[in-house]
Amino acid sequence: MSANPYGTISGNRGLQLEEPLIFERGEAGRSGVDLPEPPRVESRVGGLERRGAIGLPGLSEPQAIRHYTRLSQKNFAIDAGMYPLGSCTMKHNPRLNEKAARMPGLADLHPLQPLSTVQGALALIDALAHWLKVLTGMPAVAMSPAAGAQGEFCGVMAMRAAHEAHRVKHGGDKTRTKILVPESAHGTNPATAAACGYAVEAIPGDKRGRVDLAALKAKLGPEVAGIMITNPNTCGLFENDMAEIGKAVHAAGGYFYCDGANFNAIMGRVRPGDLGVDCMHLNLHKTFSTPHGGGGPGSGPVVLSAALAPFAPLPWVVAGKDGFRLLERAEGEAAKAFGRLKAFHGQMGMFVRALAYMMSHGGDGLRQASGDAVLNANYVLAKLKDALSAPFEGPCMHEALFDDRFLNGSGVTTLDLAKALIDEGYHPMTMYFPLVVHGALLIEPTESETKETLDNFVAVMRGLAERAKKKDVEFFHAVPRLTPRRRLDETLAARKPILRWRPADGEKQAAE
Amino acid sequence: MAERRFSKEHEWIEVEGGVATVGITDYAQGQLGDVVFVELPAVGRKVAKGEAAAVVESVKAASEVFSPLSGEVTEVNKAVADDPAKVNAEAEKGAWFFKLRLADAGEAKALMDRAAYDAFLKTLS
Amino acid sequence: MRYLPHTEADRRAMLQAIGAPSVESLFRDVPEAARLKGPLDLPGHQGELEVERAIAAFAARNIGTSAVPSFLGAGAYRHHVPAAVDHLIQRGEFLTSYTPYQPEVSQGTLQYLFEFQTQVALLTGMEVANASMYDGASAASEAVVMANRVTRRARAVVSGNLHPHYRETIATAAHALGFAVDFAPPDPEEREHLAARIDGATSCVVVQNPGFFGQVRDFAGLAEAAHAKGALLIAVVTEIVSLGAIRPPGAMGADIVAAEGQSLGNPLGFGGPYVGLFATQEKYLRQMPGRLCGQTVDADGRRGFVLTLSTREQHIRREKATSNICTNSGLCALAFTIHLTLLGETGFKRLAALNHARAVQLAERLEKVPGVKVLSDTFFNEFALRLPRPAAEVAEKLAQGKILAGVPVSRLYPGRKELADLLLLAATETATDRDMDALAAGLREAVR
Repeated sequence: MSANPYGTISGNRGLQLEEPLIFERGEAGRSGVDLPEPPRVESRVGGLERRGAIGLPGLSEPQAIRHYTRLSQKNFAIDAGMYPLGSCTMKHNPRLNEKAARMPGLADLHPLQPLSTVQGALALIDALAHWLKVLTGMPAVAMSPAAGAQGEFCGVMAMRAAHEAHRVKHGGDKTRTKILVPESAHGTNPATAAACGYAVEAIPGDKRGRVDLAALKAKLGPEVAGIMITNPNTCGLFENDMAEIGKAVHAAGGYFYCDGANFNAIMGRVRPGDLGVDCMHLNLHKTFSTPHGGGGPGSGPVVLSAALAPFAPLPWVVAGKDGFRLLERAEGEAAKAFGRLKAFHGQMGMFVRALAYMMSHGGDGLRQASGDAVLNANYVLAKLKDALSAPFEGPCMHEALFDDRFLNGSGVTTLDLAKALIDEGYHPMTMYFPLVVHGALLIEPTESETKETLDNFVAVMRGLAERAKKKDVEFFHAVPRLTPRRRLDETLAARKPILRWRPADGEKQAAE
Repeated sequence: MAERRFSKEHEWIEVEGGVATVGITDYAQGQLGDVVFVELPAVGRKVAKGEAAAVVESVKAASEVFSPLSGEVTEVNKAVADDPAKVNAEAEKGAWFFKLRLADAGEAKALMDRAAYDAFLKTLS
Repeated sequence: MRYLPHTEADRRAMLQAIGAPSVESLFRDVPEAARLKGPLDLPGHQGELEVERAIAAFAARNIGTSAVPSFLGAGAYRHHVPAAVDHLIQRGEFLTSYTPYQPEVSQGTLQYLFEFQTQVALLTGMEVANASMYDGASAASEAVVMANRVTRRARAVVSGNLHPHYRETIATAAHALGFAVDFAPPDPEEREHLAARIDGATSCVVVQNPGFFGQVRDFAGLAEAAHAKGALLIAVVTEIVSLGAIRPPGAMGADIVAAEGQSLGNPLGFGGPYVGLFATQEKYLRQMPGRLCGQTVDADGRRGFVLTLSTREQHIRREKATSNICTNSGLCALAFTIHLTLLGETGFKRLAALNHARAVQLAERLEKVPGVKVLSDTFFNEFALRLPRPAAEVAEKLAQGKILAGVPVSRLYPGRKELADLLLLAATETATDRDMDALAAGLREAVR
């Protein structure tokens, strides 16, 4: 039995209830479902029946509900409070979206039903695709990527396929082996480029927090397949040279990938298609409010230029005179598709949610949302820049970046400050990212937060900053003090990984 | 008598009889924080000067250990693989990473001695 | 607008604090030429009633599997999900929470992931599992890439009984990373000899059990043959409920298991979001892609959970990461684990037994239909039926009669004439006697 810091007999603390693992709660004989006795049949599994116990615990329905309810109470969530997480766009998740996704006729469709029985589903995907194309000013969109990282993979693979097709057609042309990625990029960008077989070369940033255009141009050449730019960038700033970057990359024969993670700042106001972008992934779980669900599922459709559209992965939803078709083979119009990214068609459940969100906001509402998102970030920047230290002069886009110069000599780190926010009822902001400033604090309020919430947040941040400058190191090294668990030992978890529950010694878990 | 020499990437080496023992410095382990895992090169692998030869992981970061000299890996230190915490406790003593049969023992002269390394460290803070 | 809280007074006050004249002025870094001057050609905002009606209109044009008899499988299965699951996953603290990077405020998520990882390891008979991946196909693809890494080889052998979409996903990865794949042809009659295709350059052999055409096999011998040549055996499971009734991959010598978890907790949903399961042996732990949840203690000495071994992942290793994956399938994994918790050992095994029994009953009925033949002599809840005419026509005809009969193999292998007469039929615990009688009658009529 582990320590009980609350002094209660049970180890519980009022509404905060301890809850063991299901393996410690359940028993093999219990069940939370009632299933009929299976009819007696002659087994046809070829003598390969599973023998022995699997080792699964059983809980009754009341126990299961209590178990998961208690677990849920240990989570912070958007429904409860603000996540100022830069680059995550933790906006409100509308409940209408959940209702929409669960409608019969959508939730209960099998992906391989005859197409004549799912025309409404295909029409819905096409409708969402239309919204995404209009918002971004791009002529085509690949809907199947399961999340942002898979969307990036999709974009880079489309670029690669386009280069291969060009080489096949025109001959010669030494293979393009490199992708250029800014130093400030999110880790998925270089990981994706490597996953597509490219070498990655970093482009430095300049003093204004943007990509160094001259350095970029100097690195362009016949070995460069393309570049990946995040815009607005990870410092929360608009890459003003975007159009020129596009021209330079195209002139060098490369393609222009835009990481659309920060699209929330510019939707309804700027179209990446107008800036020469060839492919851009969108995160439906960021910009378009589909719920983060504690880590997923996401959805990462990729808008494509006319140059890259022919290479979009399968399947394609295509509108025609006689209804919608689903192209599942690389033949006909889809002959140049680079292949398939996953089984079936894409994250349909997230498409329904995103479409409900878009229809609710309308074009006017989406433009208002990006405006309010940028307003909120600038408000936070204005109210905190004298108490913290901001590396770049405003205005910012949808997120405000600070560094840790204001903590110099205090003995308090960015991490300490962020952990202190937890006791104050806020999720910590993004920390130590982007890597281009020291001890980064990246704050993205989103348009869902009220002025009152922001004022409260600012007051808390100012108070903590002041306390840090007074070198109250003891306070900061003890936080958080009020959460169900405090300062978990991540070193131990990595040195001695325990990734599953195991029964007490002697009890074998049969695998037969 | 083996003399310690140091690289700008915070590796130390000690050469004896054409074989160099390589580890990371105390400064490096302090920068890394708690070391959780060490990935060592395969015995027999040839490494070039400046090439990444090992990886040392803390909870939040994975850092490459570059070979300050060219040579062939003759031995690796199982102790740090089994107990990564040793790197924090004994970076410049028992927690060496690998040994190299040197291609060119003269390369060692280009590295810093203790005094030069300590001076170099002062420029970093 | 109901999701945007600011009033004009709020905006004015905030602009004043910023010292900016207007919201537009905050966009001054955006070059004039790039700024949109007017609204886009999109409809205006709408209330809930209008949006509901619009979405319902899309839904009304479809025939859902809850409305008609359905025997569709081929990698996605219709099961009954207890009511409690959907209620629990919609709790705001699960639905609207973020990735558990800050463990002090995410113990709920982390604990269920730890339980999930344990359940997946138990089901598959393997030592460790990760916190889920996008789906079974991408998990299978990541398994092959991992096998290449572990063996330092670059050639995979893929069984003809692996789901075609999974084969295509692996092909995409092979093309991206430049490794070779030997795809054995589709194998409805269990004729392949995969062991003969393994040599000293093979990194892995990928099999599916139950296979795409239904067959249940013992691949322990194949695992030995692979190991003898230094290759890994990757087992794919597309119907996770099967592991309640048949021998798990871990007991047959699998080194990596990649599976689809959709059958538990998650609706068919027209193909997504689903949940990929990934399990392997302890010795390959550090080569595993995806998120991992680990146990630890906190400052008070109490047990807690954290994401761990993150240094394999993209946000730290960048181009040296084991994969570029960022999200897992969080809420779908939660639905899976809650459903499996409600089932428990006895419930899960009974559910599997029911599925198999239904499928056997269906096979027995169809064996009486003249002109059709049940091809798979072993199966779990899905089998291949050989028809006297192209299966796609038969399926379309039955669909018009409001029966979703099964998946014609030609839907997934359109180029192959020799497979055009095969129909895949799945019967789960949701199949009723009436449904099965209707199908048998309809089929009898359609193949006359």
